Amino acid sequence: MKKYTIETAVGIFVLAGLLCVTYLTVKLGKMEIFGGDDYHVYARFNDVTGLGTGAFVEMAGVRVGKVASIGLAPDDNIAVVELRIQKDVRLTDDAIVSIKTSGLIGDKYVKISPGGSGVFVQPGGMLVETESSVDLTDLIGKYVFGGVK
Amino acid sequence: MTQPSAVGVLAPKNPLARLGAATIRGISELGGLALFTVFGLRHIFSLPLQIKKIVQQVYFIGVKSIFVIALIGLFTGMVLGLQGYYTLVKFGSEGLLGAAVALSIIRELGPVLTAIMITGRAGSSMAAEIGIMRISEQIDALTTMDIDPMRYLIAPRLAAAIISFPLLTAIFDVIGILGGYLTGVIMLGINPGVYFQRIDASVVLADVSGGFVKSLVFALLVAAVCCYQGYFAHMRPGGFGAKGVSLATTSAVVVSCVSILAADYALTTFLL
Repeated sequence: MKKYTIETAVGIFVLAGLLCVTYLTVKLGKMEIFGGDDYHVYARFNDVTGLGTGAFVEMAGVRVGKVASIGLAPDDNIAVVELRIQKDVRLTDDAIVSIKTSGLIGDKYVKISPGGSGVFVQPGGMLVETESSVDLTDLIGKYVFGGVK
Repeated sequence: MTQPSAVGVLAPKNPLARLGAATIRGISELGGLALFTVFGLRHIFSLPLQIKKIVQQVYFIGVKSIFVIALIGLFTGMVLGLQGYYTLVKFGSEGLLGAAVALSIIRELGPVLTAIMITGRAGSSMAAEIGIMRISEQIDALTTMDIDPMRYLIAPRLAAAIISFPLLTAIFDVIGILGGYLTGVIMLGINPGVYFQRIDASVVLADVSGGFVKSLVFALLVAAVCCYQGYFAHMRPGGFGAKGVSLATTSAVVVSCVSILAADYALTTFLL
């Protein structure tokens, strides 16, 4: 005695499957269905060793965006990092952008310390107050060979 | 000068000639399979569309496999959680368990195990069904009635596999992650928030889409190989009649599983 038709069963199956697909792509894969709830700002660094695209941007330990791209400025060969920041996070033009390492051997991420000038940076604007990534091996080298006073 | 049709039927005495004959047979099998797949795919879209037959095959390949896929997914996730926990706890980083389970399931185990499982459940019966149709001359009867057997038998199965495999893979992935949650969080006491937050932080869209690309390729492979073996069950050198069908079913499953794993390796090198 079958209470349901084949079509109903297939319908339920496809629906369940699509729900799982949606969960995987949207929730876990963070696919943007509704784009445009973020804006881009740029930051110039002397050294971005170890930073990759997709690295997280944090303010006070809270994730507020991602690194969209990393390139080299053609005129002075300084690294230019494009940051994708959530719309509701406003940055002042004197915010300090630094490249940090999570833990001793963890991934690099970008940390933004808020400034106090009250002038907000526009989308597409440039942040100039930056701290480059610290290379642990360089530090050890300085310590061993007497670079530390 | 032997006739080309005699290749493989009369085993030549000379070992070099034997090697050559085996090579030619292998290549012609591959060519036959490729053409078979192309014709089958073409007939999916030939009008009028066979929606009803495709739905029936989705029911057979997809709906009836849900239970077994859910079960395998659950146990895979649970054992990954268990193994991963005891490996990671040595480094004091059991918080990474969620990421380890989710990534290995989404990228590798989900698509591969789903495909192998459906090969065993639906692929074997596809081969046997079409093989019996072949030896009881039902396929010849279709041709006599001017019904294209490729369109009537093969195309719906290919289409249903292409629809079902990714959906079943998605179900497997989600249930597998929940299985890891069961062992990691509920049995071994990892923080649940950490488990899911790590999954969220580590899984990117490329992982998920790569898994679905794999499952689509496996769908095509399994359906094409199983239908092909059944469709030509009467032309096997090893035997004919019921023996031919049994050989066809066996080699359908074996060839499917081997090609799934080989294709998985090839795809992984492209996707990474």
